Amino acid sequence: MHKTSTGNRALELKEPLLFEIGTSEKIGVDLESIESFAFALGGIERNEPIGLVGLSEPETMRHFTRLSRKNYAIDLGIYPLGSCTMKHNPRINEKIARAPALSDVHPLQPQSTVQGSLAVMAELSHWLMQLCGMSAVALSPKAGAHGELCGLMTIRAALEHKGDVRREYVLVPESAHGTNPATATLCGYKVRPIPANSRGRVDLKAFRSALSSDVAAIMLTNPNTCGLFEEDILTIAEDVHKAGAFFYCDGANFNAIVGKVRPGDLGIDAMHINLHKTFSTPHGGGGPGSGPVVFSSSLAPFVPVPYLVQANDSLRLIEEKSSDTKNFGRLTAFHGQMGMFLRALSYMLSHGSDGLRQVAEDAVLNANYVLARLKDIMTPSFKGPCMHEALFDDRFLKGTGVETLDFAKAMIDEGFHPMTMYFPLVVHGAMLIEPTETESKQSLDQLIESLRALAQAAQSGDTARFKDAPHFAPVKRMDETRAARTPVLRWKKNQSFEKIS
Amino acid sequence: MRFLPLTNADREEMLSKIGASCVDDLYRDVPAKVLLKSPVALPHHKSEQEVEAYFEKLAAKNIRAGSVPFFIGGGAYRHHVPALVDHLIQRGEFLTSYTPYQPEISQGTLQYLYEFQTQVALITGMEVANASLYDGSTGAGEAVLMAHRLTKRKKVILSGNLHPHYREVIRTLTQYGEEVIETLSPNVNEPHAALSALSAAVDDETSCVVVQNPDFFGHVQDLRFLADACHAKGALLVTVVTEVISLGLLQSPGSMGADIVVCEGQSIGNGLNFGGPYLGLFATREAFLRQMPGRICGETVDKDGQRGFVLTLSTREQHIRREKATSNICTNSGLTSLAFCIHMTLLGEKGFRHLATINHRNAVRLKSSLESLSGLKVLNQAFFNEISVMLPKNAAETVEQLAKKGILAGVPASRLYPEESKLVNVLVLAATETVSEETISKLVLAFKEIL
Repeated sequence: MHKTSTGNRALELKEPLLFEIGTSEKIGVDLESIESFAFALGGIERNEPIGLVGLSEPETMRHFTRLSRKNYAIDLGIYPLGSCTMKHNPRINEKIARAPALSDVHPLQPQSTVQGSLAVMAELSHWLMQLCGMSAVALSPKAGAHGELCGLMTIRAALEHKGDVRREYVLVPESAHGTNPATATLCGYKVRPIPANSRGRVDLKAFRSALSSDVAAIMLTNPNTCGLFEEDILTIAEDVHKAGAFFYCDGANFNAIVGKVRPGDLGIDAMHINLHKTFSTPHGGGGPGSGPVVFSSSLAPFVPVPYLVQANDSLRLIEEKSSDTKNFGRLTAFHGQMGMFLRALSYMLSHGSDGLRQVAEDAVLNANYVLARLKDIMTPSFKGPCMHEALFDDRFLKGTGVETLDFAKAMIDEGFHPMTMYFPLVVHGAMLIEPTETESKQSLDQLIESLRALAQAAQSGDTARFKDAPHFAPVKRMDETRAARTPVLRWKKNQSFEKIS
Repeated sequence: MRFLPLTNADREEMLSKIGASCVDDLYRDVPAKVLLKSPVALPHHKSEQEVEAYFEKLAAKNIRAGSVPFFIGGGAYRHHVPALVDHLIQRGEFLTSYTPYQPEISQGTLQYLYEFQTQVALITGMEVANASLYDGSTGAGEAVLMAHRLTKRKKVILSGNLHPHYREVIRTLTQYGEEVIETLSPNVNEPHAALSALSAAVDDETSCVVVQNPDFFGHVQDLRFLADACHAKGALLVTVVTEVISLGLLQSPGSMGADIVVCEGQSIGNGLNFGGPYLGLFATREAFLRQMPGRICGETVDKDGQRGFVLTLSTREQHIRREKATSNICTNSGLTSLAFCIHMTLLGEKGFRHLATINHRNAVRLKSSLESLSGLKVLNQAFFNEISVMLPKNAAETVEQLAKKGILAGVPASRLYPEESKLVNVLVLAATETVSEETISKLVLAFKEIL
C-alpha cells in the first residue's frame, strides 16, 4: 500500500500540536478595543510574552474536531468497563444543565436569589436519601474518591466526638478499588486488608479475626469488585456495629441494586454515589465527576459544611460550622458540582423510581447474558450468577502465549474499548465486563461473538492478531516505559524527543 | 423508557439463555428481607417535556447573573465564553469518552491534555503542570500535602488574605496528619504589612507558606521578597490564583519565586454554574515532579516510532500505590480542562493579554466611579479586577437591599469571614469584561439611594 504525502488516510487525519500550528498573532475572539489608560497594578505588570499561541475560530474548530475523532466514546460503541458504569449520557441532561437561569448563577449570590438552585439540591438530596434509605446527605464532594474522604472523615469525627480515639485501623478487602486504601491513609488510618474467600466474597472468618476494638470502620464495595453481592453483608454490618465501628460502603456499583435494595437496609452508615456512574453524568474524558455521600442518622450530625436546611418557606445553605454543631469542616470551596446535580436529577426524573428499578434489572440481566454466553470458552472466576458485571480471569489463555493485555488490545481492533483489565487484584489477569443497561441485545451479541472469536483464535494458536495489537488504531502500542523514564510533559520550543532521550 | 433498549421479548430470550426464570433469580444472593418488592416511594418516570417544565419552574426562582448589574467575584468570576467552546465540548467523542487509559483510542483526549499542560505551565511561569485537579481549593490542599512530603516538615503558614474556603479545605485535608497550621489575620487595609508579617513568620520548621495573589480583597503584590524569605529557611512558597485571567497582565507566580502554583481555572472556558464543576490548575518545578498529585500526560512514541501521548508516572497514583499513593485522586476535571484549552486557543497570546487588560480597565473605572460617592472608601491601590470597599454600614445588609433593587453588588466579606468584626462593613466587588459603564452607573445610583 502506498503512503500518502500528508500521512493522512482518507478520514483518518493527522493533527499536529496546537503549538506547532498556532502563532502568537492569531486570535479567534473579537474583543472591544481599548484606549490606553493608567494601570494600577502595583508595578508588577508583565513585560515578557507568555509564549501562548492562538488560532482563528475555523482553525480552532478543525484542530479540536480532528482530535475528537481519535477518541473512542460511548456515543460510538460499548465500553464494557467493569466498575465504571459507562452508560448512555442522555442529552436532555446537557440541555437542562445549560439553562441560563440554572447555569449563569454565582455560588455567592444572596441566597434569596438562588432558591431555584437550592431547590434542585434539595430534590436531588431527597432522591438520593429515598433510594438509599438514609437520613442525611453531603452533596459537596467533587468525585467518588472525594466522597470516600468525606465518608471516612465523618466517621472519624463521630468517633472522636464519642471520645473513641484509639481506633487506628480501617478494614479494606484486597479486592477494593485503590482509592479505598489511599483514602484511609489520607484520613490518618492504617489499612488492615481482608482476603476474599473461594466464592469471591469477604472471608467472614478473616473479617471477624481482623475486627478488633482498634478498628474505626470497614470499607466495603457492594456489589463487590468481583461483581458479586456480599451475601453475608447483614452479618458483617451487625458485627461492625457491635464492635463500635462504622460501615462505609463504596457505592461505585450501585447500578446493580438501585431501586432493588436500599443500602440503609443493609446496615450501611455512609456510602458515596458516583453520579458519573449510576446517574449518567458524562465521563468527559476523565472528569468532572461528583461524589455525594448518604449517611445514617448516627453520622448525620457530623457531615461537612455546606448543607441545606429548610427555614420557613425558603431553603438555606449553612456554610460555616458553628460552636453548637458538630460538622467536621469543609471539603471544597463553594457548594459542589451543581452542573452534575442538574444532570443527575434530570436523569432521575426521566427514569422515575420505576425506570431506575428497571435500570438495575437490565444491567444485571445484560451482565448475566454475557456471562452465560461466554462461560464455555472463557473462564469465569466464580460460579453462579453475577450482578451488573462479570469477572473472568486468564486461565482460558493458559499456554496460548496470549496475555490479558494482548487480548484486550485485540478487542480494540475489533472496534471495542477493552474491558477493565487486571482489576480486581484477587484473580490472575482479571477481565471485568460491565455492559450496563443501555446496551441493546444486538450490541451485546456483537461483543459476545467477537470475544468468542478472539478466545477461539488464541486457543487455536492463531496469535498474530494479538501480537503487538492493536494494528488498526490511529496509533500503535505506546512506549510507556519511555514516557515514565524520560517525562516530557509539555511542548517547548526546539524540544526534540530524540534529543532528550 | 427511551434509554432502555431491551424489549420484553429480548428479556425473555436472555433469561432463557441464562437459565433463569425471572430477573429476581439473579438477585438470589440478596437477603430476601432487603430485596424491595416494588419501586421506591418516588415519582414514576416523566416525559422529556415534563422534565423540562419541572426545571423551568425552578429556574424561575433564580436571578440569573447576566440579567442584572453584576459584580460578584470572591473566587469565581463571570466571563464571556465563546460559543465555539461549549459546542466543541459537546462532541460525543469528548463528552462521552472515558479516562484515556487505552492511549491507542484516546489520542484526542491525551493530545489536548498535553496542550493544556503546556498552557498552564506557560501562564503560571512554572516548568511542569498536571492534567488538572477538581478545583483551586482542593488543589491548595494537595499543594500543602506535597510541600510536607518534599520538606519533611509539618508546619504550614496561611496568609490571612487567602480565600477562607481554601483555608478551610487545607485545614480539613491536613487535620489528621499532625500538621500545624498557623493562620494570620486578614488585613484588608495594609496588604504589604500583611505580606511582611507572613515573611517574618517563616522559620526552620515551616514547610510552606500559602499566599493568594490577587488576594481575596483584590490586592495585587510582588511576592519576590516573600519567596526569598521562604527559601532562606528551606520552606516552599505556594501561590494561589483564584482569577486566572490576571495572569494575562501580571508577572507570573513562577517569575516571582513560587515553588507550587495552584489556580482556579474556571474563568477560562467555564461558566459560573453555581460553584461547580470548576477546574484546578496545578504547576510546579520539574525537580518536584514525582511528588505532584493528579493525572499527568506525557509524550512518547508508539512501536512504529510515531509520536503519541499517554498518561504517565502512574506509580504515584492510587490505582498502583494504593495506601502509599501521593493522593487518593482518581478523576481530573476532563471536560472543564478541555473548555479551558479551547478558550485559551481562541484567545492566544494577544487575546489573553487583551482580555486581561479589559478586565483591569473596568475595575479601574469601577473604582473611580465609586470614589465619587462620599461615605464609602475603596481600599485598593494595586488590584487586577477585584476591589474592596469600606461601606458606612453593614455590607451583608447592603447587598440584600441592592439585590431587592435588582443589583448583585458583590460579596460581603462577612460571608467568608463571619468571625471578623473589622470586616463587617467590607464589600468585595469584581469587574470583568461583562461589566459595562451602564451597569456601573446603575450600581453607583443604587448606592446613592441607600447609603
